[in-house]
Amino acid sequence: MEFLQPTTWTEALEMKAAHPEALPIAGGTDVMVEINFDRQRPAAVIDLTKVAELEEWGTENGMLRVGAGVTYSRIIEELGGRLPGLAMASRTVGSPQIRNRGTVGGNLGSASPAGDAHPPLLSSGALVELASASGSRRVPVREFFVGPKRNAMRNDELIAAFLVEPTRGPEQFSKVGTRNAMVIAVCSFAIALDVERKRVGTGIGSAGPTPLAAIDAEEFMAGVLDESGLWERPADVDPNAVARFGELVAAAARPIDDVRGTAAYRRHALAVLARRTFTWAWDERRRSA
Amino acid sequence: MKPKLPPAALMSGRVGEPVRRPDAALKTRGDFPYSSDLQVDGMLWGATVRSPHPYARIVSIDSTEARSMPGVRAVLTHDDVPGKKVYGLEIPDQPVLAIDVVRYWGEAVALVAADHPEQARRAAHAVRLEYEVLAPLTNPELALTENAPRLHPDGNITRAIKIRRGDQNARADVVVTGEYEVGMQDQAPLGPESGLAIPDGAGGVDLYIATQWLHIDRDQLAGVLGLPHEAVRLTMAGIGGAFGAREDLSMQAHACMLALRTGRPVKMSYSRAESFVGHVHRHPARMRYEHGATRDGKLVYVKARILLDGGAYASSSTAVISNACCFAVGPYECPNAIIDGWVVYTNNPPCGAMRGFGSVQNCYAHEAQMDKLAAALGMDPVELRIHNAMKTGSTLVTGQAVDGPVPVAELLSRIKVMPMPTAVSGDHLDLTQMPGGVSNTTHGEGVRRGVGYAVGFKNVGYSEGFNDYSTARVKLAVADGRPRVEVHTAGAEVGQGLVMVQAQIASTVLGVHDVVVLGADTQVGSSGSSSASRQTYITGGAVKAASEAVRDRVFALAESELSGLGRGGSGESDGWRLESDAIVSADGGVVITLATLLGEEVIEETREYRPRRTSRLDGETGQANAHMQFAFAAHRAVVDVDVELGLVKVVELATAQDVGKAINPQAVEGQLEGGAAQGLGLAVMEEIQVKDGVIRNPSFTDYLLPTTLDMPQLRMDVLELGDPNSPFGLKGVGEPPAISSGPAIVAAIRTATGREIKRVPVRPHDLTL
Repeated sequence: MEFLQPTTWTEALEMKAAHPEALPIAGGTDVMVEINFDRQRPAAVIDLTKVAELEEWGTENGMLRVGAGVTYSRIIEELGGRLPGLAMASRTVGSPQIRNRGTVGGNLGSASPAGDAHPPLLSSGALVELASASGSRRVPVREFFVGPKRNAMRNDELIAAFLVEPTRGPEQFSKVGTRNAMVIAVCSFAIALDVERKRVGTGIGSAGPTPLAAIDAEEFMAGVLDESGLWERPADVDPNAVARFGELVAAAARPIDDVRGTAAYRRHALAVLARRTFTWAWDERRRSA
Repeated sequence: MKPKLPPAALMSGRVGEPVRRPDAALKTRGDFPYSSDLQVDGMLWGATVRSPHPYARIVSIDSTEARSMPGVRAVLTHDDVPGKKVYGLEIPDQPVLAIDVVRYWGEAVALVAADHPEQARRAAHAVRLEYEVLAPLTNPELALTENAPRLHPDGNITRAIKIRRGDQNARADVVVTGEYEVGMQDQAPLGPESGLAIPDGAGGVDLYIATQWLHIDRDQLAGVLGLPHEAVRLTMAGIGGAFGAREDLSMQAHACMLALRTGRPVKMSYSRAESFVGHVHRHPARMRYEHGATRDGKLVYVKARILLDGGAYASSSTAVISNACCFAVGPYECPNAIIDGWVVYTNNPPCGAMRGFGSVQNCYAHEAQMDKLAAALGMDPVELRIHNAMKTGSTLVTGQAVDGPVPVAELLSRIKVMPMPTAVSGDHLDLTQMPGGVSNTTHGEGVRRGVGYAVGFKNVGYSEGFNDYSTARVKLAVADGRPRVEVHTAGAEVGQGLVMVQAQIASTVLGVHDVVVLGADTQVGSSGSSSASRQTYITGGAVKAASEAVRDRVFALAESELSGLGRGGSGESDGWRLESDAIVSADGGVVITLATLLGEEVIEETREYRPRRTSRLDGETGQANAHMQFAFAAHRAVVDVDVELGLVKVVELATAQDVGKAINPQAVEGQLEGGAAQGLGLAVMEEIQVKDGVIRNPSFTDYLLPTTLDMPQLRMDVLELGDPNSPFGLKGVGEPPAISSGPAIVAAIRTATGREIKRVPVRPHDLTL
């Protein structure tokens, strides 16, 4: 196994261009498990932990641009106020040790349907910035996941950052696991209310071949809130509408039976999570209005 | 050439005092040398080629390519086993390396030794195996039928048990029936199977190993290696948990074979995934029960049918099914019983010993039945249990009258009146206290609270006529001007605290402050297994006996020394005792200090200790005095269930247990907590999922163990009622906490949800769909 260790972003991109087969590694919380379990024997790995640029975050035209190497712990501590949904999801990632090592960039690179960061990135409409020696591009996260553990990256590209608008309303994240901590999602759900644009964003984890957005549910609920003028004058939402929202989220999932749970349970639980997280988010909206 | 081993610890403390683990700091800092850390210069690494099929005929094995790979020193198959080609704790049915056929997924087929572990792993992949795949027998019910393939020459029934007690046609006013299923739990010791074999250059071998019983490993290895016992020497390495998983051989024979073949030290250490096929598991159970009772709630009869899936090889299955049947009714008086049990061979992973050993499975059934009966009778479930509780002199369904304290009613009464935890307050949201925990699944929605009770019991020590004993060597000498006791046994310190118990007993009997417990090895006689909650009783008994023999010699020496000085004579020692490093007379005066008395003298005695004998169950009736001691515990569980999501938060566990005498109260508390956590695991999350003979979750990512957010505070009431038959009146402590904790949790979930729940572990979809 060849071990590549660039110290600058430019060098990293050059190495990736020269070794398109090289597997990027940051926190190693996923890659090392794959190697230890003998599921992957990459011919080369490219260690990105020495690339300081990846560990930076800042603002750009009103968007937050967060380097791919920023850990979950830092997202919670440094960005929790501006990205509350992502911070809530980050708190459910593994143990403190894993959160100190693992990165959102790594989550995106692995593109597991169970990645905890994915639902809040979907619900808040994030962009993924991909770079190669020949330039960079930004892909909406809703177009980024193309199959089970597959994403839209070319093999000469690395993940530079993700971009997302700071919160524009209440956000929630909720994850079902059969243990009360340190657990991979049986299914998960994120919701973001964009009060300014009157939009509802959703993200579903671990209930399909890829992380998914429940687009019908988003449009339905945004419509309900619009029609009743509730965006401007927050009041009780019809429980039937909340129930319908849950059904539409469940319908958007494409779950399977596996070792962590059954497809039927995942759909059932997603409907519950969707109802609850919407209610919590809406309660927050009402309190703040 | 010796690897680094856990240091012998200097300890002090008397029986009944809380004594801290001598290795606590090392373990906390990560400095404790576990068996997976063993190393010496020039050692090779072994790797195992394993079957990818649960059942297949081996057509051919071609190791040509593997042998030619860089760094590879040996590739071995069953042809290379020097002695007996099969082994087993009770039935020698398991090949050291598969011969002609593989019977479970992950069975060892061939071995590789290489300079580097990665070279060994790659060479293992390069051993070419051709299989003729057979349809696996994975349903234990089918294994009982005539048409099933015979997995072993004597058929698929490893052992059948029949217990017949009282009136076989008894009828009752109130009858409840139920079917229950228990999934496959893993001991999940954090330390993987690992060890280091070093050839001695004269045909023998030294094995450094983490095991529960050095001498039975030694005996089996001598057979497999075709060597005399003295040519196979075992030394205990640091053990990272056991719980029954280290009773059978795993890599022991393999490492020795590779070392003897290559003439080099060979280390083997399983990966986590490999560990899941490297040891036996708790038997999955299917149980059908019928309870009959009078209208006022007295048990009239119990009929039970218990089927355990033993997997591909016998291991300790024959003893597990015996326990499952002997204690099938629970700690209740029941005049009439028909109990039928079978443990069968299948092509599932082999099952054997795990903490609770047969009594865990049946407790889920008999306790669910008692709750059902209480509901049918309109009685309080605890009152019903107390109404039927065994007491001193009660007779088991096996006809054995139980002597000593039998505090079943008292344990239940005590947990019943313990204060209840407060309900979660609505004012302040603390996710860590919610079902689903920090994953933020509920802020109180759908949460209902339930309370459940359970009581269980089991035998302490080996049963059914087993010739059980332990050996201890105790030495008293002066070191640095102070008397010091050295205790040497082969007993395995698996984390339960045997080293402290040994030191405390020697210190108490000999009145000496400084005690060193030497590392365990086969240079001293057998201590038997660290299993069946037996070590404090039996090895403790051996240390007590050897210490008393040393004390007798100390007194004799003192009498003769003092009479030589004209200060007394024979018979003088009546009323003497040993205290504070000195001989003290009846009036409390120091007769002579041990340092003065001993000088250069070394007093050493070795003793064997045997508990009372037991006998084998009758083949037709299951009647016998099969067990030598019984231990009882009861649990209350308070559980919050999110009934919409099926997620569970165990809010509190409370327990009462009679330990006879708490030799080391701190270690007793550790056992009560750890056992309850393991019981909780089986109730709500721990299961090896096997499909078509293949383990689907051989990792700690998907085999979930309780975290500190899952295991609540344990409210403990430790009773010390004193058993008249045992050393210091003690009872075995380790297993009872793992028996009734889970059934209490499931009872609480039933109360919270109103659902029947026939299977553990309880999964979210069992509670919602």
